[in-house]
Amino acid sequence: MTAPRLAPRTALVLGLALVLLAFMAGAASGAYPIAPAELLRMLAGGVQDTPAQLVFLNIRLPRLLLGVAAGAGLGVAGALMQGLFRNPLADPGLIGISSGAALAAGVVIVLGTQWFPALPHTLGSWTLMLAAFAGGLGVTLLIYLFAQGPSGTHIGLMLLAGVAVNAVAAAGLGYLNFIATDEQLRNIQFWLLGSLGGARWSAVALVAALVAVACTAALAWARPLNAIALGEAQAALLGVNVERVKRAAVVITALAVGAVTATTGIIGFVGLIAPHWVRLVAGPDHRVVLPGAALLGAALVLAADAVARTVAQPAELPLGVLTAFIGGPMFLLMLRRFRSRV
Amino acid sequence: MTLQCVDARVSAGGRELLHGITATLRPGRFTAILGPNGAGKSTLLSLLSAQRRPDAGQVLLDGQPVQALGAHALALRRAVMPQESAVAFDFTAREVAELGRYPHRKQPTADEAGIVEQALAATDVAALAPRIFNTLSGGEKARVHLARALAQVWAPLPNDTGGAARWLLLDEPTAALDLAHQHQALRLLRGWAHGQGVGVAAVLHDLNLALRYADDALLLAHGEAASHGPVAEVLTAERIARIWGIDCTPVQTGDGVLQYLFN
Repeated sequence: MTAPRLAPRTALVLGLALVLLAFMAGAASGAYPIAPAELLRMLAGGVQDTPAQLVFLNIRLPRLLLGVAAGAGLGVAGALMQGLFRNPLADPGLIGISSGAALAAGVVIVLGTQWFPALPHTLGSWTLMLAAFAGGLGVTLLIYLFAQGPSGTHIGLMLLAGVAVNAVAAAGLGYLNFIATDEQLRNIQFWLLGSLGGARWSAVALVAALVAVACTAALAWARPLNAIALGEAQAALLGVNVERVKRAAVVITALAVGAVTATTGIIGFVGLIAPHWVRLVAGPDHRVVLPGAALLGAALVLAADAVARTVAQPAELPLGVLTAFIGGPMFLLMLRRFRSRV
Repeated sequence: MTLQCVDARVSAGGRELLHGITATLRPGRFTAILGPNGAGKSTLLSLLSAQRRPDAGQVLLDGQPVQALGAHALALRRAVMPQESAVAFDFTAREVAELGRYPHRKQPTADEAGIVEQALAATDVAALAPRIFNTLSGGEKARVHLARALAQVWAPLPNDTGGAARWLLLDEPTAALDLAHQHQALRLLRGWAHGQGVGVAAVLHDLNLALRYADDALLLAHGEAASHGPVAEVLTAERIARIWGIDCTPVQTGDGVLQYLFN
């Protein structure tokens, strides 16, 4: 079996084209549709102070940029985790970032007003974001430290510790659900389902900057991750400092997914599927998989969000519901292909 | 210009696997590491490749402890062919062989791609280069890994001032190969030792292949070095009977090589 593949440059140009396409579609659609022609005039700077422009600049543009950052962060993190675990079915959620973030968000939603009743509302949403970010990082650190052994970080142990810690976090969240008021329960559920709806310029800028740093940093580890495909022992014999790769991959993933999840809630399946698709069309070299997964992840989130905003107007479908709806069946297709090969 | 074990001991799970091995390998020679299952051959190879640290004693490359040299410096001048190694994802055979050039990424030669193609041709897998590694047969995979090891130490280091010999360490390189490719691979390794001055050490099970292609033999039994020297002197019929418990009859082939018929 030979491998019909797109050249890396072609694949990345295609990915970029998909992002632009999804961006334009997302910019035009929504509760306040903007005609494509008007959109182009606006982007060219030809229209001033129309309602369309106000909607676009203050609501839609930050939301689109958050979508790009979220998708790119989840995609690149998925590629890092799959490379590190040497498994195309690995997901950033394995190392506890999402569950840690969810638990922390739950704590703030349910106990926040009780512990800090004087907190103003705007500061409250920052508290939620920071707590979720810290929760994701903290739980990942816990799992990483647990997996330390005499010969370095044990990847298999990290996976199993992740399963256990995720279960404990889920139990903690379950308890919070149990003691929550109806309104708090609704807030937790909403947070868990993921949404780009909370996009405000200040938060978007912060997340976009973190994700940009994460994506850039990830690219430096592309070749070592290729070597790790041979196994950790063989990679070490090629001169790869395997421990440093593990640490870098975990830190970059935790920062990117932590920042994204803190702002959007949980958006599933993007990190799992984006790198896999890139590998299908362009091969498994991480020099194309990492940037490709970032681009495809961004396109996927933008497209899903455009659908989420339009299909149930005037209501908005939760984004996480949609990505799971699309991602689940896609994942089954991936598994089918995997099954036919073994 | 040596790769040495000095009284190296290794324990695992409360059992001592190697009880103080002392042996010196020299570049330009092909050393066969021989012995029954469980004698400690792969453990010794993992010491020589610095994959494992001895619990006592030392492993020295040109008189320096291998651990002190650093993974990158070692990778520039010694390649290891694993017994088996699964590759994650759908990398092609060429991409797997290309990974052998990983240590040289910061100081590539003028002909990086040429090295990989030549290495693939040397182990007779050039035609398989575009195929997905995981769909190859066991023997084909082994030859791609051999090509990767060759590519890793293909040329003397550009800034080599002399004295830094290259090393090839191989764990049962012929185990999965058909008859013709077994001979081809070992002829190739002997050629690298004699022609390029590379130090070659390979774990082998076929004593007749060792007698035909190796210069020296390091015979292990029960975690100790039972004998070390020119292969025909190490592999006497009496010693084979004692260590493997099999009687054999020496024969001289037409080209003057000692071989054994096993009774």
